[in-house]
Amino acid sequence: METVSCGNVLLFLVSCVLSNNFIFSRFLGCCPFLGVSSKVETAAGMGMAVTFVMGLASLFTSLVYQYVLFPLGLTYLSTISFILIIASLVQFVEMFLKKSSPALYKSLGIYLPLITTNCAVLGVATINVSAQYDILSSVLNGVFSALGFLLAIVLMAGVRERLETSHIPEAFKGFPIGLFTAGLMAVAFMGFSGLV
Amino acid sequence: MNITAIILALAVMAVLGVLFGVVLTIADKKFAVEVDPRASAIRECLGGANCGACGYAGCDAFAQAVVDGEAPVNGCTPGGAKAAEAIAAIMGMSVDLSGERIAARVVCQGECGVAKDRYIYDGYASCATVAGIAGGPKMCRFACIGLGDCAKACAFGAIEIVNGIAKIDESKCTACGQCQKACPRGVIELKPVNETVIVSCRNTDSGREARAACMKACIACGRCTKECPSDAIHVEGGVAKIDPEKCTRCGACAKVCPCKCIVDFLA
Repeated sequence: METVSCGNVLLFLVSCVLSNNFIFSRFLGCCPFLGVSSKVETAAGMGMAVTFVMGLASLFTSLVYQYVLFPLGLTYLSTISFILIIASLVQFVEMFLKKSSPALYKSLGIYLPLITTNCAVLGVATINVSAQYDILSSVLNGVFSALGFLLAIVLMAGVRERLETSHIPEAFKGFPIGLFTAGLMAVAFMGFSGLV
Repeated sequence: MNITAIILALAVMAVLGVLFGVVLTIADKKFAVEVDPRASAIRECLGGANCGACGYAGCDAFAQAVVDGEAPVNGCTPGGAKAAEAIAAIMGMSVDLSGERIAARVVCQGECGVAKDRYIYDGYASCATVAGIAGGPKMCRFACIGLGDCAKACAFGAIEIVNGIAKIDESKCTACGQCQKACPRGVIELKPVNETVIVSCRNTDSGREARAACMKACIACGRCTKECPSDAIHVEGGVAKIDPEKCTRCGACAKVCPCKCIVDFLA
């Protein structure tokens, strides 16, 4: 079982956020990345929601995996039980946000329930299992990876806000230029791949 | 075959499912948000097409806005007087319903054979697309293109394309204005239903050009102006316009119009 010691937490953070960025190097969670990145404020909100859900999902999935599925020899059930856990969690987060922060709830709109089907969340759970992280490392992996997602989506939203006011050829306006931007950012993030 | 493995798998999934169900039920009670019952009651009275004619994001947003006192009770055009009354009853207000009923009208009569074709268009059926191709398929640049962008936009099934032109069923029209937004030519206007005499042409070109493009185009001859007993119709900028304030709906102009571009719905 992999453990992350205090010394290399920072290394782990850099690895998750920069060199193994969920969006730019794993290409997970691209739907909200392109969908909710038109305003920095909403993008940050979405990033926070994903961070919260991914951290909790990592915790609960690795708990269930290590104390239920693995001892009983039911590891083949991991995907379906992870889906169950994530779906319930997102429901829970939705209720929580509706109560505590209606403004954020409204601005996230359709994307909050979509976290359920966000491949990044299921992705982090399966990565935790395949990398054989223990519970603490899983949670760290979840939170750090989500921070990478947060960074990516906020950067993207910042760029897109500026794109709104710049001169863009007619054919590239809106979504096409967004895809260009995402591609260029992915290329830029490739520069981090040798870092860790 | 190992039966226990199957039962075990089943049991684990069932336990997990029940556990999460219980947690969510508790959370649902604990984090319950108080929704104003009036908002959901109002939501029931609305058109329900999420057309956005009220200026809000959808029927739910409008209902909430009414409860908050931001939106008027008669703000839902598709719901009409019926919805306004019901909402007013819910909000405990009275509402002035004296306003005239409004409906969308196509201000063009350029049917197939009446308006001349510039070219035969055989591509993707969308007015917005073809409007940008060499000035549109009809000679008249003001004409209804007739490929039905408005019919697609109408949530109430009130628009039909008949003989190359959009026809609006006034009884089904709720004046939500979606067709007006969808039309690339701006040939649809929202007008009070009681304006029974209208100039159904917007062609501001010279009489000769207009006539060459369409048999029912306004050629700005001014005969209607001379005939009008109440001085309500005038040629402005190459096309006849009726002042609804002065118009008595007598229909005299429609009778003398040489191009039949003035329509009297009562005739």
